[in-house]
Amino acid sequence: MAGHAATTDTAAISVRGLHKSFGPLAVLKGVDLEVARGEVVCVVGPSGSGKSTLLRCVNLLEEPTAGTVRVAGVEVTHPDCDIDGVRRRIGMVFQSFNLFGHLSVLQNVMIAQRRVLRRPAAVARRIARENLDRVGLAEKADAYPAQLSGGQQQRAAIARSLAMNPELMLFDEPTSALDPELVGEVLAVMRSLADEGMTMMVVTHEMGFAREVADRVAFMDGGAIVESGPPAAVLGSPRQARTREFLHRVLQQ
Amino acid sequence: MAGYLVFAAVLAGVALGADWGRLADAFFRPDIAAELFPEIITVALVNTLLFTGLAFAFGLVLGMALALMRLSSILPYRWFAIGYIELFRGLPSLLVLFMVGFGVPLAFPEAQIVGGVYGAVSFGLGLCAAAYMAETLRAGIQAVPKGQLEAARSLGMSHARAMVSIILPQAFRIVIPPLTNEFIMLTKDTSLAYVLGVTASSIEVTKFAGDALNRTVNATPLVVAGFVYLLITLPLSQLVQRLERRGNRRK
Repeated sequence: MAGHAATTDTAAISVRGLHKSFGPLAVLKGVDLEVARGEVVCVVGPSGSGKSTLLRCVNLLEEPTAGTVRVAGVEVTHPDCDIDGVRRRIGMVFQSFNLFGHLSVLQNVMIAQRRVLRRPAAVARRIARENLDRVGLAEKADAYPAQLSGGQQQRAAIARSLAMNPELMLFDEPTSALDPELVGEVLAVMRSLADEGMTMMVVTHEMGFAREVADRVAFMDGGAIVESGPPAAVLGSPRQARTREFLHRVLQQ
Repeated sequence: MAGYLVFAAVLAGVALGADWGRLADAFFRPDIAAELFPEIITVALVNTLLFTGLAFAFGLVLGMALALMRLSSILPYRWFAIGYIELFRGLPSLLVLFMVGFGVPLAFPEAQIVGGVYGAVSFGLGLCAAAYMAETLRAGIQAVPKGQLEAARSLGMSHARAMVSIILPQAFRIVIPPLTNEFIMLTKDTSLAYVLGVTASSIEVTKFAGDALNRTVNATPLVVAGFVYLLITLPLSQLVQRLERRGNRRK
């Protein structure tokens, strides 16, 4: 099958031989990963292991140095790929929320619907309100991001992505910038998304979330996936020494 | 406390020692001041605002283009923008006006600037203002966090769409105070318009006051002209304060 044409395979994300270097620094050293449709995959590992870079390569926020990435059958690493077209099918949630500061919460959830999907204002507003309701922020629609707590901002950012009807969602350490008491509300929204069958790739330090929600956990270290499998196996009885070491350190905290 | 006493003493000394009659005679004669109206408003102030507005609009458009070129990934664009900014920041506005008004017409007699003296002045001042505004706008664009562009792009917006809908609105909010300073500087620079030979209908505030000074041999027109300039600049700084308060609420 040539180039970026659609294929019949069921993989939502398919990463093959992915390498990424920043100058002389090799961050990803040959990563292979598949995420099936409807699957929730959590990527865990120590800081600097390349988790976030891997995630950012999926929607090409980082340009891979070598290797291929296919999303929903489209090869995004192909030079002719219409990346804007693929990105509108991929939701992304950032560690630092990145809500648009000059827009109200409702406008944040509307703007890409309007400008990218060209939905009429009334339709975009209705869909925005539905998704704000879904993340429990219906009453904050007219607030500005700066007036919200971190947890509320992150839930608004999730609503902003959901309003685009994405086929899959990427989460880049969505709770790492939150005060501990606000982590739960964001994880609850993510859990309900997973329950509804959303395809999710989640880079996280929340081992409890990974254990309970993930279908599969991938442990990364040194720019490669060291082991992956069901959470009970990877987190419960890891085969690799590096995984055991990492879990030992994390669980001591 | 001692500071206030000294201040009050100096104030009292000036108030008692000054020859108020003579001062008023030299700087504020009501009859001469009255004579300046309504033309100082209806003609001179209107022209000053017109010169300023046109120069600002032209400078802003050119400055925005330069700022985007300065940030472009295409090297020749960057070189051009840097060269332009360095050149026009370093030249006196008066020299540029002379060049636009006389130098270029001498070299190319067949070329004519549209809008006569209005076109020439706003073009010349706008060329200079664009260099400053380009740097201001660039700083504003760079002050918008990188995550804003990433979030916009990850929603499927093109780079251009993300700039227009997400980055520039936030950048403008950041640069409103420095841009207002630029507007105030331009307002004052329009006093140079006279070198291109303004007429009775295109005269601006400073030239108007200077002519009246020659006619009346009295400084009153200059004082009135000063107040007319404040009429422009004081409301502007009020406006900026309001915009900044609004911006802070949203930020």
